[in-house]
Amino acid sequence: MSKIIMDSQTVDRAISRISNQILERNKGAAEIVVIGIRTRGIHIAERIVDRIEKLEGIRPPLGTLDITLYRDDFRRKSEWPSVQKTHIPFSVEDKNVILVDDVIYTGRTTRAAIEAIMDYGRPASIQLVALVDRGHRELPIQADYLGIKVMTQKTEEVKVLLKETDGRDEVVVVEG
Amino acid sequence: MVFQRKHILGLEDLTAEEISLILDTAESMKEVSLRDVKKVPALKGVTVVNLFFEPSTRTRSSFEIAEKRLSADVLNFTPTQSSVVKGETLLDTARNLEAMGATVIVIRHSMSGAPWLLARELDSSIINAGDGSHEHPSQALLDLFTVREVKREIQGLKVVIVGDILHSRVARSNIWGFIKLGAEVRLVGPPTMMPQDVEKMDVKVYYNLEETLKGADVVIMLRIQMERQGSGLFPSLREYSRFYGLTRERLKLAKEDVMLMHPGPINRGVELSSEVADDVHSVILDQVSNGISVRMAMLYLVASGGGNA
Repeated sequence: MSKIIMDSQTVDRAISRISNQILERNKGAAEIVVIGIRTRGIHIAERIVDRIEKLEGIRPPLGTLDITLYRDDFRRKSEWPSVQKTHIPFSVEDKNVILVDDVIYTGRTTRAAIEAIMDYGRPASIQLVALVDRGHRELPIQADYLGIKVMTQKTEEVKVLLKETDGRDEVVVVEG
Repeated sequence: MVFQRKHILGLEDLTAEEISLILDTAESMKEVSLRDVKKVPALKGVTVVNLFFEPSTRTRSSFEIAEKRLSADVLNFTPTQSSVVKGETLLDTARNLEAMGATVIVIRHSMSGAPWLLARELDSSIINAGDGSHEHPSQALLDLFTVREVKREIQGLKVVIVGDILHSRVARSNIWGFIKLGAEVRLVGPPTMMPQDVEKMDVKVYYNLEETLKGADVVIMLRIQMERQGSGLFPSLREYSRFYGLTRERLKLAKEDVMLMHPGPINRGVELSSEVADDVHSVILDQVSNGISVRMAMLYLVASGGGNA
């Protein structure tokens, strides 16, 4: 059993609204940089940057972050994803960093990402974007900008499909 | 692909896919070395022992920096100042280090096969940092990494290895590595320094340097070990240099974009002339920098890899 919770139109509207909220809170695009967490966070981050450029005429710098080297489950010996590349070709010093992930769940990925960004400098702030909040947090971390909040069972899986990787935009909750 | 090995002992054991995974991981590690804060917490709480029974500055320092960039706890064990001089065996020394909590042991030993002995008898992950004249996997991997970074692809390249092939663990590991990734490997050196059955490794053997260099994409010069003077393998350093030393004129026989490599330390004026060592084709210092990224990848992969041998 699976349930579609977002379609192409709702994904699009959510990204549009989030982009506006980012500009409102940060009083424009001048001091922000956007960093997407691998892999789907990157595509959402790209879309936010595109949208901000359309709205403000300024394109914020865009980076990609792989958090594998910052994971806290090193000795769990489960399935280890291979280390991918991080590319942050700008300074985060005194910037408002917009950190973008597809799904926020336990909060551990976000924690790792915050630690990684701190190694690049001291940002003015780090603000979190998540397309989906599926609950079950294990750390005191919340999204600043959210697409949709959905109650899930831990056995369920939240699948974010994006045009860039999957051919269409869709968020599905799949029963485990 | 997930790295399943607990140890990295030699290039002979690794598949082309495993070698490529190490090189890909090293690319990601290189980014860490380019940051202001050159440290990630990946190996926090992991104790790594550098167990070097042979003198080494470059390799040991490189491993130590790699370990520290991954936040491992590092212990350098130097046998001359230790119980080894009191007659403790290699295995007992290693077992003691393991009892102190070492989970990864990086070993260099003058006896070929020593890392395999530790891998068989201990629970720790073992990384071979050079065993006798057998293998030197981290050097070969950093050579492959340096070449791949410039040429994009190893497949189809003509790689020349010059010098004392017989006694060189660098040569042996590089032969395995370059062959597995699809390069054509040519060996050249005095007949006294060529292993007897080396053709079985699918390489081409030459004795004339000029002939070998024609059309080469990569030239790897081996160090002539000064202590081999007077061993009867070659009449004199001057004569060796005349026949097998690399000069600017000789290097012109290779491809225009040839890469010149050397595992160091270099003997200027013996295996290569001083002007060639500092030539635009020389990537000797890039090799040293890349060595850290490659060793970070090796440490990370064995420490995170499966429990399978």
